[in-house]
Amino acid sequence: MTKATKEYDNIPGTFVFDAERSRQGYHINMFCMSLLKAENRAEFKANEAKYLDKFPMTAEQRDSVLKRQWNRMLELGGNIYFTAKLGATDGLSFQQVAAMMTGKTQEEYAKMMLDGGRNPDGNRYKSEWENKK
Amino acid sequence: MAKIVAGIGCSHVPAIGAALDLGKNGEPYWVRVFSGFEESQKWIAKEKPDVCIVVFNDHATAFSVEMIPTFAIGCAAEFAPADEGWGPRPVPVVPGHPELANHIAQSCILDEFDLTICNKMEVDHGLTVPMNLLFGKVDKWPCPIIPLAVNVVQFPPPTGNRCFNLGKAIRKAVESYPEDLKVMIFGTGGMSHQISGPRAGLINSHFDKNFLDGLTGDPVALTKMRHVEYMREAGAEGVEMVMWLVMRGALNESVKEVRRFYTVPASNTAVGHIILDNRV
Repeated sequence: MTKATKEYDNIPGTFVFDAERSRQGYHINMFCMSLLKAENRAEFKANEAKYLDKFPMTAEQRDSVLKRQWNRMLELGGNIYFTAKLGATDGLSFQQVAAMMTGKTQEEYAKMMLDGGRNPDGNRYKSEWENKK
Repeated sequence: MAKIVAGIGCSHVPAIGAALDLGKNGEPYWVRVFSGFEESQKWIAKEKPDVCIVVFNDHATAFSVEMIPTFAIGCAAEFAPADEGWGPRPVPVVPGHPELANHIAQSCILDEFDLTICNKMEVDHGLTVPMNLLFGKVDKWPCPIIPLAVNVVQFPPPTGNRCFNLGKAIRKAVESYPEDLKVMIFGTGGMSHQISGPRAGLINSHFDKNFLDGLTGDPVALTKMRHVEYMREAGAEGVEMVMWLVMRGALNESVKEVRRFYTVPASNTAVGHIILDNRV
């Protein structure tokens, strides 16, 4: 069976959290979910690697969490509403996390938003990003 | 007989709640956002709804990836504000309306909308931010609330058409409730925004304006919009605007737009707000 093509995979810079990613990222997301409890946040901060042993993630997923590779976590099945809890645990505002995902400084990102945000023109299809390179 | 007198569309950006909680609402950046709701607060204070049904989405708070109900109705007597990672928001506990909520659940299920019934549910900013925007910072919420959570976290969310038809079923349920109640329904979330991945920060004011126009004038056309179009045009997370169609489905074909507000940005998101009077 060949893998079905998904129309939304053609949107650039976007990892749609569908059933496949949800299955793949179950333990990343459950780890993030555990951070809703203050005592778990404290335990995680005290020893991140040890705390992560409780969640059977792949080595790649674990590495992306420890290195705070925000896009990689999404690509490996993390969902933004879950990974945002890791950002909050780190004391980051959501906008700081968003800036990191876009490769901008927080100042640059905040300015882009104040100027009306990222324009959809040129950002609808993957081919538009490839042409820019 | 209970009656739906108005529908309210309202963004639920978490940073708005944080700004209010941290007392930043007097800063120019936030005044721009909050000032857009002053008239609406006066309007709702004068209208005094008996119950509000708030259609919102849970952001990995009450529901994780363990259970993902597509539509879930809160039937509890009260709903506690959740700890979303930095302590619960300092807002009052949300009172429910178990009698009407259970009636709606029963009526919708018999009408072939199989709602998940939640007798215990914590609520996050998705519900409490729109309540603050319409009711202000209060010690006690002015009326009971029925939370209706829609999955927009894991793809696919319900279609816009399904949401619209659920709104119709909710209306039928409300109108078959014997007590005279003045009910309002909120559709929350949006407007355009993408908060994930390298394309984060996307805003599409043109799309948003058309959506608001369509909501008032031609909602059936909006129900035909596909998820991929929402995501491409209004951002991956912008797809949550389907929730506004539950609200719109609960209203008459013809409504009166009494209020509209739009501003960019609140943090990462375009803020939209509309009030549709259903008594025309």
